[in-house]
Amino acid sequence: MKRAILLSSVVALLAVAMSSTGCKRPPKGVTPIAAGAPTTVPGTTERRDARDATPGPTPGPGVPVPPDTTAQGRPEPVPVPVPVPPADGFAQPDMAVFENMLMDTNAFQGDTVYFDFDSSVVKKSEFDKANRVGDHLKEKPLTALLVDGHCDERGTEEYNRALGERRALSLREYLILYGIGPERIRTRSWGEDRPVSLDHNEEAWSKNRRGEFILLLPLPPKN
Amino acid sequence: MRFLCCPLRLALLVTLTLVARPGRAAPGEHDLVRYPTLTAKPVPINLAGYSGEVAQVLRFDLEVAGFRIVSDREAQYLLTGGGGGEVRGHLVDAISKATKFNQVFTGGTLRAQAHALSDAVVLAVTGVPGIATTKIAFKVTRGQASEVYYADYDGHGARALTRDQSVVAAPVWAPQRRLMLYTTYAFGNPDVVSHDLDSGARKFVARYAGSNISPAISPDGRRVAFLSSKTGNLDLYVANLDGSGLRQLTRTREDESSPAWSPDGRWICFAARFDGRRALAKISPEGGAVQRIPLTLAPNPTEPDWSPDGRWIAFTSQSGKYFNICLIPAEGGEARLLTEGEDPCWAANSRTLIYTRRTSSGRNLSLLDVPTKQHKDVPQSLGACSQPSWAR
Repeated sequence: MKRAILLSSVVALLAVAMSSTGCKRPPKGVTPIAAGAPTTVPGTTERRDARDATPGPTPGPGVPVPPDTTAQGRPEPVPVPVPVPPADGFAQPDMAVFENMLMDTNAFQGDTVYFDFDSSVVKKSEFDKANRVGDHLKEKPLTALLVDGHCDERGTEEYNRALGERRALSLREYLILYGIGPERIRTRSWGEDRPVSLDHNEEAWSKNRRGEFILLLPLPPKN
Repeated sequence: MRFLCCPLRLALLVTLTLVARPGRAAPGEHDLVRYPTLTAKPVPINLAGYSGEVAQVLRFDLEVAGFRIVSDREAQYLLTGGGGGEVRGHLVDAISKATKFNQVFTGGTLRAQAHALSDAVVLAVTGVPGIATTKIAFKVTRGQASEVYYADYDGHGARALTRDQSVVAAPVWAPQRRLMLYTTYAFGNPDVVSHDLDSGARKFVARYAGSNISPAISPDGRRVAFLSSKTGNLDLYVANLDGSGLRQLTRTREDESSPAWSPDGRWICFAARFDGRRALAKISPEGGAVQRIPLTLAPNPTEPDWSPDGRWIAFTSQSGKYFNICLIPAEGGEARLLTEGEDPCWAANSRTLIYTRRTSSGRNLSLLDVPTKQHKDVPQSLGACSQPSWAR
């Protein structure tokens, strides 16, 4: 059920995202994701459009290569295959991948996503925020993401820890379906341990039921 | 007693027995027919000759154990003695005038002697070993940080196990050992770690990308059940206590939470969801089908804990903003409401529960005597306390 809702919303979302980003001029030094082109596909780390003749940036090993959009004479766009979450889920990578990355908690401060009571469904009203995060990750292929899930106090502690994790996982899955490689996103649940508001009313609770994004940056290379 | 095979463990066990708890009753030693129903009247007892800390400890212990302190005219039992340098106790049946015991408790602190006397009274009257010298672990939250503490079961002598200024969750004792497992966020991720109380050594049990939460140790102390989202879904796993031999038990997109073992080690009970509704379920630690535990009269069950005698599952039921401690027979059935509160954990006697109570000033631990429904708050001044776990 949850999957069905998520998938249909992601299909709609992808269409909107593509129609709006397709005509934007890429900022200097940034290689945006091709409109209509699949980016990473679950199970593979990278994929380049074979029709592209223009060489793109040369990222380091293991980094997903975003398709180049500078090519001329692009053929008609083909229908976008929407990745379906495998039954066993989009596996999280080995913890070692993230071990030496720096946390930037400010990058997505304005993009905190809010949830309904006892729900881990990403609401339509929250798509724009998640998309901004996704776009940023697409622009910065060397970065990764930590998604933090939080709950209000109306639940038992370990139930809330599980619920917070499902919220973080929902956002992770949303971003994977948006085109971010599963190997770039890890999740963490705080349950009800890190409320932003300490009051005991709906206004406080609605602020506490949230997902936060933390940008993970590779350490600068040592000299 | 498997643990007695190894000399090192024997040493640990002796230490434990001295500082933490009396000898554990062997299987079958518990009197299973003594509490055939869930209700019992408190046993009226009179205390004479005790003062100060000793009187305080006796009163607390005996009320938690299902006694009521009354005048000598109303009493069914008379406990007389005193507490100079050592605590003395003479227990007499007020009706038959028969002496149940007449004992002097030496060594340790007065407090420890008073606890030992309480346990002697409980054993003499009920036939079941008391729990007054046992230990508990719990989570203490101050501001945004929380730490694992352990203390006597009445909250006395609390000591911090962690000092990370991070967040911890769900501490649990390894059976008969000075070892705890818990989730800590101190290393940037919710990881399950084991922590040796004596050496202080900490080891990762589960540190997978994603959340690794809610550890539950098998009754034989060899395995741990926990939840992990390493696959991208949150599922139930079982592993050896060092984290090796990982096995995935559930594969769902729904939520599972709060695993708890049956005392025979054949089942892991957990909070699950069927057709969108929360329910209790169980699964074999070897894998196989998830079985729903039939349950009526208690909505939104979470946090199950299986009684050490195998007969009951205590859990939290939530309706709206209210949390209630409830009980069902282990095979399922009609739930009985015990008291307002959450996250129950059984003592070794399968009679006393420790749980968390939300108060206007935060959270506090409470002790509940299931048959009499007498409950007492665990006095403490550390901060908000929750997620109690009994050493047993």
